[in-house]
Amino acid sequence: MDAFLLQILNGLDKGSAYALIALGLTLIFGTLGVVNFAHGALFMIGAFCTVVLNSLFTLTKVTISATEKTPWGTPLEIHTPYVQLWFGDIGATMIDYSVFWSLLFAIPVMLIVGVAMERGLIKHFYKRPHADQILVTFGLAIVLQEIIKQIFGANPIPQPAPDAFVGSIDIGAMLGMAQNTVIYPIWRLIYFLFSAIVIGGVFAFLQYTTFGMVVRAGMADRETVGLLGINIDRRFTAMFGLAAVVTGLAGAMYTPILSPNYHMGMDFLVLCFVVVVVGGMGSLTGAVAAGFLLGILESFASMPAVKEFLLGFSIDQVIIYLVAVIILLVRPRGLMGRKGVMET
Amino acid sequence: MLKTLRTNDTALMILFSLIVLAGPLILAPFGAGYPDLMQRFAIYGIFAIGFNILFGLTGYLSFGHAAFLGVGSYSAVWMLKLLSINIVPAIIFAVVVSGLFALLIGYISLRRSGIYFSILTLAFAQMSFNLAYSVLTPITNGENGLQVELDDPRILDSATGPGQLPVPSLFGMDMSSTSVVHFLGMDLQFNVGFYVSALILIAVFYLSLRIFRSPFGMILRAIKSNQTRLNYTGFNSRPYTLTAFVISGMYAGLAGALLVCMDPLAGPERMQWTASGEVVLMTILGGAGTLVGPVLGAGMIKYFENIFSRMNDVMVHDWFSALPGWLNDVLTNVISPFLGSGWQMSLGLIFMLVVIFLPGGLVEGANRIMNRVQRPSKSGPVSGPVDRTTTANSKES
Repeated sequence: MDAFLLQILNGLDKGSAYALIALGLTLIFGTLGVVNFAHGALFMIGAFCTVVLNSLFTLTKVTISATEKTPWGTPLEIHTPYVQLWFGDIGATMIDYSVFWSLLFAIPVMLIVGVAMERGLIKHFYKRPHADQILVTFGLAIVLQEIIKQIFGANPIPQPAPDAFVGSIDIGAMLGMAQNTVIYPIWRLIYFLFSAIVIGGVFAFLQYTTFGMVVRAGMADRETVGLLGINIDRRFTAMFGLAAVVTGLAGAMYTPILSPNYHMGMDFLVLCFVVVVVGGMGSLTGAVAAGFLLGILESFASMPAVKEFLLGFSIDQVIIYLVAVIILLVRPRGLMGRKGVMET
Repeated sequence: MLKTLRTNDTALMILFSLIVLAGPLILAPFGAGYPDLMQRFAIYGIFAIGFNILFGLTGYLSFGHAAFLGVGSYSAVWMLKLLSINIVPAIIFAVVVSGLFALLIGYISLRRSGIYFSILTLAFAQMSFNLAYSVLTPITNGENGLQVELDDPRILDSATGPGQLPVPSLFGMDMSSTSVVHFLGMDLQFNVGFYVSALILIAVFYLSLRIFRSPFGMILRAIKSNQTRLNYTGFNSRPYTLTAFVISGMYAGLAGALLVCMDPLAGPERMQWTASGEVVLMTILGGAGTLVGPVLGAGMIKYFENIFSRMNDVMVHDWFSALPGWLNDVLTNVISPFLGSGWQMSLGLIFMLVVIFLPGGLVEGANRIMNRVQRPSKSGPVSGPVDRTTTANSKES
């Protein structure tokens, strides 16, 4: 039982990331009908927003100490971050919580990137065949990835979680089980809660606002909504921006779990495509459900018991693809796919 | 009409063969006339021709073709290890295995079309990469890559000299042996490996020409232009797409086997999505659906990969040494990110530009220029339909 719970929890953080990215992909897909191969790059840009903000916050002023000396006899250099210099203790807390600050930073950045991408490039590809859309976003993904590589280098850049959230908590003890059976890192729990809030927010936005209602109507029948005199294109552009923000935030919050590197986007993108296909193209709930499902499945597949059962082959790397194949053979539209979406 | 087409094809075949066989002579002035690069031109040309049979004719965009390249490589290395250092059994085995693998993947992926198909093939390729990288380490030797070793059994010819790693050969001719001829102040390198690949390239080019001209090729094109309509006429198109998929998978396996014959080492990175993307780039850049386009694109990309990735900012600085210092620095800073290790970025940019402005690739660009030259002013409505037929014909070539 406790091992079972532990695997579910382990799957949740990855599942949250999959669900968020897949949600963004599906938003773009459902509204604009474009498969965005550069979506992984958005995830990566979000993660690098954290890197940028963290390095901005930790820009240090170097002063040479008058009295103290290093063990080698040279004057001791004291590094004080400017933020701390200006704001005192508040500055120190700011640095500590830079991941959360980076969320505020990432929202406008991702919005601008998303809207620029849609208006500047993807807009011109609505009338072109799907193959062209895939190809041009694929090229864009390569370019964005290489730009990040040029600026930040090829090595992963570790990002700290806030001190208060470093370490693990004993969830098993909280739920009345034996001590030290289900221990779980706090930040992953935070990530799960965060993704739940974001997903809930997106759904509430689509469900309960007039804007969301119009967008849903446009997803169902774009032409009719256009004929009613509503500028649906502008709203869809806004949805592209929203999708970029969701994905960027997913990346920004993921940095303490996975150190940002330039190829993280593509690594996640391939899996998230599978998630979207399993969930059913164009279905938002399907994308989220499949994201969590596959994340948890992946963590179950990495259990030692499973490995023993399969004579020493560890299938956690391929289980997602295997499941996707089986689901597509049994239910070609995915778990919750609607009829008529991307059938050609 | 048909007769002219046939003579055109013969001319094209002869021209193509001559250009390929004269490769060392043509490429030497461009600094590309050394065996390793020329072999890669030919091998990736084969790969791209195969990809074009699927994408160019049926319009099914596979994003996982590198998986077949990798499978071909691995099976070829196993053949070199177990049976004989002769490349013939290795190549045959690789083609068969990759064909079977393509049959399996194609059977599943071709249940969906359009974007679903692209995503499925991408997922399969990534799965194969993961399998090769970790799960199937006993077969693929994981991250280190599989290679020919000294203590391989090699049933047919284990009697190579002790302590000497065997080189793949074709009935005794080493793939790496090169004879250098001094000609017009250039060293022309005639390499056995290149000529083996070049002859195979010509053969598979001929095969693809025949496929393009056959009724089978017609059906594939019909699938590209309107599959729904084809299905409504009572035509089951799936066997045809599956055949095209398997053929192109076998081409990829052949290319993978040849890569191994030139350098007996197969690693999992050969199957990664970047490798799959590369063959898409080659085909699009050259011109999808044309005959020579893919070979042209493969050559271009491999050439620029080689040239661009060897440049660095010191060289850029030298180019602009005539300019004032500050301008030189600015230009160097602007250009150097696109060179050296950043050549992938230039590749991505070129690719985007081609997709945006020239979807037909270099061949279409050449056609446009030819039309511009032949007919400087848009005069008279008479030339309209005539012009259309000539472009249609020349696009085929």
